[in-house]
Amino acid sequence: MLRSTLVAVVTLTLYLLDSVEDELELSAVRHRPEGLEQLEAQTRFSRKELQILYRGFKNECPSGVVNEDTFKEIYSQFFPQGDASTYAHFLFNAFDTDHNGSVSFEDFVMGLSILLRGTVQEKLNWAFNLYDINKDGYITKEEMLDIIKSIYDMMGKCTYPILKEETPRQHVEIFFQKMDKNRDGVVTIDEFIDCCQNDENIMRSMQLFENVI
Amino acid sequence: MAAGVATWLPFARAAAVGWLPLAKKTMPKPPVDKKSRNDEILFVNVSGLRFQTWKNTLDRYPDTLLGSSEKEFFYNEDTQEYFFDRDPEMFRHILNFYRTGKLHYPRQECIQAFDEELAFYGIVPDIIGDCCMEEYRDRKKENQERLAEDTEAEMATDTPLPPHSTPRERLWRAFENPHTSTMALVFYYVTGFFIAVSVIANVVETVPCRPPKGSKKDLPCGEKYSLAFFCMDTACVLIFTFEYLMRLFAAPSRCKFMRSVMSVIDVVAIMPYYIGLVMPENEDVSGAFVTLRVFRVFRIFKFSRHSQGLRILGYTLKSCASELGFLLFSLTMAIIIFATVMFYAEKGTKGTNFTSIPASFWYTIVTMTTLGYGDMVPNTIAGKIFGSICSLSGVLVIALPVPVIVSNFSRIYHQNQRADKMRAQQKVRLARIRLAKKGTTNAFLQYKEEGGFQDRGSDSALCLKNRSSFEHQHHHLLHCLEKTTNHEFTDELTFSEMCMTESVGYRTSRSTSISSQQGVSTSCCPRRAKRRAIRLANSTVSVSRGSVQELDTLQVHKTSAGPQSRSSLNARTEDLKLNCDDRDFTAAIISIPTPPANTPDESLPPSPAIPGILRNSRCSSFTHETVKISSL
Repeated sequence: MLRSTLVAVVTLTLYLLDSVEDELELSAVRHRPEGLEQLEAQTRFSRKELQILYRGFKNECPSGVVNEDTFKEIYSQFFPQGDASTYAHFLFNAFDTDHNGSVSFEDFVMGLSILLRGTVQEKLNWAFNLYDINKDGYITKEEMLDIIKSIYDMMGKCTYPILKEETPRQHVEIFFQKMDKNRDGVVTIDEFIDCCQNDENIMRSMQLFENVI
Repeated sequence: MAAGVATWLPFARAAAVGWLPLAKKTMPKPPVDKKSRNDEILFVNVSGLRFQTWKNTLDRYPDTLLGSSEKEFFYNEDTQEYFFDRDPEMFRHILNFYRTGKLHYPRQECIQAFDEELAFYGIVPDIIGDCCMEEYRDRKKENQERLAEDTEAEMATDTPLPPHSTPRERLWRAFENPHTSTMALVFYYVTGFFIAVSVIANVVETVPCRPPKGSKKDLPCGEKYSLAFFCMDTACVLIFTFEYLMRLFAAPSRCKFMRSVMSVIDVVAIMPYYIGLVMPENEDVSGAFVTLRVFRVFRIFKFSRHSQGLRILGYTLKSCASELGFLLFSLTMAIIIFATVMFYAEKGTKGTNFTSIPASFWYTIVTMTTLGYGDMVPNTIAGKIFGSICSLSGVLVIALPVPVIVSNFSRIYHQNQRADKMRAQQKVRLARIRLAKKGTTNAFLQYKEEGGFQDRGSDSALCLKNRSSFEHQHHHLLHCLEKTTNHEFTDELTFSEMCMTESVGYRTSRSTSISSQQGVSTSCCPRRAKRRAIRLANSTVSVSRGSVQELDTLQVHKTSAGPQSRSSLNARTEDLKLNCDDRDFTAAIISIPTPPANTPDESLPPSPAIPGILRNSRCSSFTHETVKISSL
């Protein structure tokens, strides 16, 4: 009888350990992207470019997805003087088009395709989507203020001239004066695109980042 | 930069499209990337073992040999590969570092050989991953100790005296570290000698000496030579009292000193003498007086100032207090149980020694500790049975907690060592991260100062220092951010100077225009501190963030004195319109740029005259741009 109880105890322990291990394995997320041909069709990158992009992405994120914390960490490394986490949060939401809390390689590459190889219309669309935090189709002053504050946060404290309290607000006012044609307090996508297309400085700078990849 | 950041830079630059509609000024031109975009496989031949890797992999760490142009020196045109005449086994680990971003220490390799390889390939050992860091450090320390001479112990205590120390501080230091001066050392040995003398005298005075003539009884030496012993005692107590008073005078915090263990021991050691002096020679109180003399034995504890080992033992006992308490408690339980049992078992016997339960305690203790004096023995059979059970269980009860205490001691000791190591490692890591951040910022500021923003043709590109394409692109990104917000990055020195000059209301003929514009600014630094406090609650803080926050809060503390006095300036606020022209004008006059500093920490600003000239030349180019800017 002692022997049988011993055997029972041992098997129970092994079973428990085993199930714990299974749970651990299930919790690790593995994501494999769509095939190379499909991505080639959906984006404007060449095969080689996609290969280079994926190799870098996979090396950094072996699990195949980037979650928000990692995203913030990565983006913050480029702006050591300031705090890039708020802006990274907005950027993450802009890249995470299906809003599932993680950026997969497809999201990443589609976003890059728009930014680097898209038409001016698409780029402006993307920028509008970034500013529109709650994705309701309108940019309000509060949303713009949040975005602009987060951009100024990236500058950090040691700037010249010294950053003042009202600088972001002033910046928002200037933006709205320019963009909000019908003075209804919100900027719609059409107002935004119209206004940007009429501004030659913005148009010219859109070509800047073509050769990033 | 950290591992793999180069991979993400293109993404960060692409995301800068989001700033374009908001930018206050036009964006700068991107750097020209002359290299071909295609990735290629490189061949690296290390003493015959061929490795292949993507060029991008090696480019991840541009400040190492393989990531920079330094590897071109090792390129062999005939075989179209990079040849290194080094250890091929070690190279595997080096290459893995590029691939995974983590440096591992191979345990079977010699630590010195590994260090040499790292030095050759330009890799700093500090980035060894956590998994191998402890092993690496232990081995390294072992190696150093083997080679180093035995001066470490002296170095630890020989901290140099701070300048302008009062005699009181010097005295305290002399007491705490006797090795620092000869006088202190002499005093140290003298007190040690007198402690020994006092203890020996206490012991010897109870030894029976030959009685004086005419008496049969053996007298203890203390009574025979009472005067001699009294003189010796007096001398010792005088020295101890003097020492105690000197320590009390020199102590930086007298209350803390008086509460410390050593001072209590000192007091207990000398008090009996004084009490004995004060008390009259009375038969009634002589009993109490004798008891007091027992306290003189505490003088032996004064040796713990002289012995490091005693102190460690004392500390261990203190830290093992809970285990000791458990031991005592379990022993007490067992004693009570067995004493009760033995008492009732032996109750019937005539003339038994077990008169009461407390009387049985003595038997139980003697039996459990396996002493067995034999002054109390059970007579009944039941008593004998329980007595044997008592002695068997005694062995177990005593033996069980002892290993716990021993392992506790060992654990505490090693924990102490490890905590110190971790603290040092953490400090080094934070310092390195801080340095890296500063390095990045300074590189950017230096790039700006060298006029990197001017539209240079390809011929003048050679004038700029050799900068990797990664750095070019990163600086372009930071420049775009500057243009978006119409503010420039500066370093902490300039910033703190700006804060202070504004607070003091510094006005010279050159800066009249500036201060009139900048006098309106609200206290910048406390506001930043407030915002940062709020942000800290929200943001996810990684180690690098933490260090930046730490760095920024350091800055806030440094400059927080400034803004308080600016309230008077705020009273006369003028409406400030940051005119682009004026800003550039101010840039021409007041700003003190960082000199091209290779060491990021020490950077003394040069005389303002020269940078003024430099800025002026840039100013002219700026004015062209300011005209073109739209009314955004």
